[in-house]
Amino acid sequence: MSSRDDILGAVRSAKPGLDAPAPTVPNYDDNYPQERAGLVDLFAERLTMMGGSWHALGDGQSIVDAVEQALAEKLGKPFADAVIASNVPEVAGNRTLTNSDDPATVHDVDIAVLRARFGVAETGSVAFTEAELTVNAIAYLAQHLVVLIDPAEIVTNLHRAYQRDDFVSANYTVFHTGPSATADIEGVLVRGAQGVRSLTVIPASN
Amino acid sequence: MNGNEPNPAATMKRATPEPQPRPAKAADGKRVDHARSAKQFLNAPEHAKSHDTRVWAMRSKRDKQAHTIEEWEELRQLASDIKTHTLTNLDTYLEQFEANAKANGIHVHWAKDGAEHNRIIHEIFNDHGVKSVIKAKSMLMEECGFRHYMDGVGIEIVETDLGERIQQLDGEDPSHIVVPPVHKMRSDVARLFADKLGSDPENDDAHYLAGAQRDATRPLILDADAGMTGANFAVAETGGFVVCTNEGNADLSANVPNLHVASIGIEKLVPRVEDMGVFIRLLSRSALGSPITQYTSHFRGPKQGGEMHVVLVDNGRSKRLGMEKFWSSLKCIRCGACMNTCPVYRRSGGLSYGATYAGPLGLILNPTFDAHRYSNLPFASTLNGSCTNVCPVKINIHEQIFGWRQVLAENGHLPWTKKTGLAAAGKVLASPKGYRAAIKATNSALKHLPRWAIYNRMNAWGEGREMPSPPDNGTFHDWYKRHRLNRDGASRNTPEN
Repeated sequence: MSSRDDILGAVRSAKPGLDAPAPTVPNYDDNYPQERAGLVDLFAERLTMMGGSWHALGDGQSIVDAVEQALAEKLGKPFADAVIASNVPEVAGNRTLTNSDDPATVHDVDIAVLRARFGVAETGSVAFTEAELTVNAIAYLAQHLVVLIDPAEIVTNLHRAYQRDDFVSANYTVFHTGPSATADIEGVLVRGAQGVRSLTVIPASN
Repeated sequence: MNGNEPNPAATMKRATPEPQPRPAKAADGKRVDHARSAKQFLNAPEHAKSHDTRVWAMRSKRDKQAHTIEEWEELRQLASDIKTHTLTNLDTYLEQFEANAKANGIHVHWAKDGAEHNRIIHEIFNDHGVKSVIKAKSMLMEECGFRHYMDGVGIEIVETDLGERIQQLDGEDPSHIVVPPVHKMRSDVARLFADKLGSDPENDDAHYLAGAQRDATRPLILDADAGMTGANFAVAETGGFVVCTNEGNADLSANVPNLHVASIGIEKLVPRVEDMGVFIRLLSRSALGSPITQYTSHFRGPKQGGEMHVVLVDNGRSKRLGMEKFWSSLKCIRCGACMNTCPVYRRSGGLSYGATYAGPLGLILNPTFDAHRYSNLPFASTLNGSCTNVCPVKINIHEQIFGWRQVLAENGHLPWTKKTGLAAAGKVLASPKGYRAAIKATNSALKHLPRWAIYNRMNAWGEGREMPSPPDNGTFHDWYKRHRLNRDGASRNTPEN
């Protein structure tokens, strides 16, 4: 017998003989803001709590200017020298990504600009699939991440998020909630543990 | 690089930092002596205090998060019910997961135990000429002794979780399932990194140290031949699995090398995607008191040009599923809340358990791996039930701890001192006359015997505590006889309050 059959056989004879139907999971989002603006505010508040930055565009500010304003001081080098890989038409960038790139080769990128597929107000999370990332590793090897989100694509909570069909159609779906972080050394919170050092979200309709 | 500048205030150093306590580990075939190892840990008071403070801080943050969610208790019940449903139909869901994963292009393997798990992955690595591997934290792989095995066959494993990397470089097991080096102080990490990574031994700033590790690990990530992750959940409906980290290190491990191998315990299954809403809402809130981990990653198939393998591992789980009193321990989602709340864990440190799993969870899991070796562990508990109260999947942990005491006693696994002591106590407590005589004798002994006769190796209680001072006016029974009993022995009817 194969290990597969042994394990399944052992499970079959060991499993408790209880009749335990799967429960129905409620949506638990009756108390979320009904207005779009309220939901966006909640998203921004939770994102900030998790170490991300919310950057609403100033009057007449272009997205490129917003990226520069958000990251100028975090880059550690002149903005003009930054390697910028952009997957959005709003920002040109100076580094092209294709889905046949060897993932390790994107390690030189300072700033990656991506569009979120959707967001979750409860946690301040942005979601990507491989379609938004082009090279999955870009979201972790880049030093900084800038994310455009369409306010219309922010759902209330995680129950609603998991009702989307991305999870059954994409090979990779990921929630980013703030930047990479660790508190493994004496409980001190450090941003930029192994992945991106900062995450900035800019509201921009699709 | 920015973010790595030392904080001057934080680098002010003590004259000589307290050395890191290193509790002794039981030799192969020997019984773990938790009390002795805990004492070795407590002999380093700064470490003991730091550990207690940090672990309790996680518990406090957990409470704060839980209290913001009106439906928290309903979520716990839902999580528990979903797990009951899954475990009572586990064979069906495993087959469904396998079929869907294969349809997505994932190679699915089955391993009965740790040895088979290690062998399967070794074969995959050999087929691909893999020499170096980047790996995310996985308690299952700890169970399997995976790194040790790979050491033996000359394949380099690099842990990418900062905490697990610290423990790997130090040659120590993780002491906490979520924060592996929670027992270490930053001075310990500064010394270790100076030795292993060449960082400045005088700089113990956490930002500097984390940056030193980031810079040292990045080239290893870029050059690795394969990446490994565990899984927090596997979803039968999609044939995919979910990994939660705060560093994004699982995503680096899975997405940078072409080959991704994931080890998944068979109890990680949930039926549907929508179940994830319940578990993700509970997991990080229970673990660290944050609403969600920074990264929650759903893998459903290989990346473009990549290859993905899943190893489904039993390693004692099907046996546990058949244990009437203990099967529900398989609901565990490894959040660590029971550890953070446990007064014994907080004050003894994870390494004192000498096992893969420390804390209350360890007390009920480890004996299923080796009843004799871990027979002392179910006694490392006050049975206060706090673990049960914080468990996000409502496992009756403290009742199972008590249950294990019974099972171990019935199967003759108790050490001699515990066995004879408990047998004598049982006899005395079963006889009112004997009990009264024993109390009188003890009180008299405490009053009149010299200290050396009371505080010695025979009295484990007295090793860390003062014995109670006997009351001057006799036992409760003496008092009751004087005040509440008539001469004929009938109870007086005196409503005093």
